[in-house]
Amino acid sequence: MGYQWDFSFLWGYRWLILTGLGYTIAYTIGTILFGLIIGLATGLLRLSRSWWVNAPVIAYIEAFRCTPLLVQIVWFYYALPVVIGVDIPAHVAAGLVLSLYTGAFYAEIIRGGVNSIDRGQWDAARAIGMRRGQVMRNVILPQAFKRMIPPFMNQSIIQLKNTSLVSTIAVADLLYQGSIITAATYRPLEVYTMVAIIYFLVLFPMTLAAQAVERGLARAD
Amino acid sequence: MTHPRAMDAVPPGSMPTDAMPAEAMPTDAMIEITDLQKSFGPHHVLKGISMTVPRRSVTAIIGPSGSGKSTLLRCINLLEEPSHGRVRVGRQSIEFGGKRSRLPSDRELAAFRTRTGMVFQHFNLFPHMTVLGNVTAGPVIVKRMRRAEANEIAMALLSKVGLAEKAQAYPQHLSGGQRQRVAIARALAMAPEVVLFDEVTSALDPELVGEVLDVVKQLAEEGMTMVLVTHEIAFAHEVASNVVFMSDGIIVESGPPAEVLEHPQNPRTQAFLGRFHSFIGSYGTPG
Repeated sequence: MGYQWDFSFLWGYRWLILTGLGYTIAYTIGTILFGLIIGLATGLLRLSRSWWVNAPVIAYIEAFRCTPLLVQIVWFYYALPVVIGVDIPAHVAAGLVLSLYTGAFYAEIIRGGVNSIDRGQWDAARAIGMRRGQVMRNVILPQAFKRMIPPFMNQSIIQLKNTSLVSTIAVADLLYQGSIITAATYRPLEVYTMVAIIYFLVLFPMTLAAQAVERGLARAD
Repeated sequence: MTHPRAMDAVPPGSMPTDAMPAEAMPTDAMIEITDLQKSFGPHHVLKGISMTVPRRSVTAIIGPSGSGKSTLLRCINLLEEPSHGRVRVGRQSIEFGGKRSRLPSDRELAAFRTRTGMVFQHFNLFPHMTVLGNVTAGPVIVKRMRRAEANEIAMALLSKVGLAEKAQAYPQHLSGGQRQRVAIARALAMAPEVVLFDEVTSALDPELVGEVLDVVKQLAEEGMTMVLVTHEIAFAHEVASNVVFMSDGIIVESGPPAEVLEHPQNPRTQAFLGRFHSFIGSYGTPG
């Protein structure tokens, strides 16, 4: 006996679904922006030659890169409040972890971009009397930013998918709304198929755009 | 050749000041290097270099690869920080590795380098800037010159190296010889007291070498103080007032080109020069 697919009931939940999608996109954009600030700051600090600057930054980056995001979310929501004795609301824990997590990856993208610039560029800029900061601002970063764009776009696309993990601590994103609808209708096949399709419809054009940008940059070289 | 032909580069430990010719007195020298040493980890690259470069003279440093020539040049404008010794360019002097000395700050190093131009083997032009942007970068960013004024200086220098019509082009659209001439204009835009040339023709196709050497020669004739690390022995013979032969991190022999290149005294110099068949004559016309 075949399963009778019926997506029509989902129409009744359209506002719930749209709200969930809104949360997903808002968390994506918000944490990309915060992550970018964190990544820019830590990525540039990472270029310092001082051990005292480097050690804490490396500790942060590796802590967030080398533990699963799901574990981080659960830890920040359930364990950290016990450690510091302050309740952390789910939406704060979710935003904080997602920003710190993607920030760690952005930091490495920024460091990698800066280090990919030929050492001769430093030599030439320093030879005409530029100071370290002037070399960075005028010579290195303008070239490095171009090389950072493709990995930055890839990481940001992954970030949108990663936001689905916040549903585990009851943040009302697309996946969480799906689970609510499932609980009310007992039709997980239609609900989660729809959730998957919505993620795909958002991400596929972004992936195409990222590839187009990458091709454009390759041509410009 | 009107340049002073004194024995300006003296091997370490043999500096009889009373016997030094007047032209080589420290007061007259543009560059003075004293017991310069440089190590990269356990690798001792410069083992005590002392030399002087008189004002308005051209010194050519020759020697086998790995002898420390480029490191010496990079120590003169402090792109490499010497492990020990003293470097003086013009009126600025910095001591390294002594008891009282501390590492110079980023600001001090940058100030020191504004007086010393450098041209590199691989040009190292800024690819995201036009030719004009490259040449004005120093004056605008370091000297905070008004852009109009910087453009005027840059255009004059580009005319001098024969590339005024390329001002708006990007480096990747230029030939190697053109790029190197832009790099020379960029160095000159800071109005340096000294220009250092680090194997500036080694990365060029043979037919493009001449156009770069012509610019260097013109600068020599105008009296620019220059130090060149080069493999162009014939060119060194023609343009340099002093030739320094380096091997294994020390100065083996130095003096006027007629002496060092034509009648080398040291067996190592003789062996090195023996590999160049006919180095005498114009660099432009073979043989």
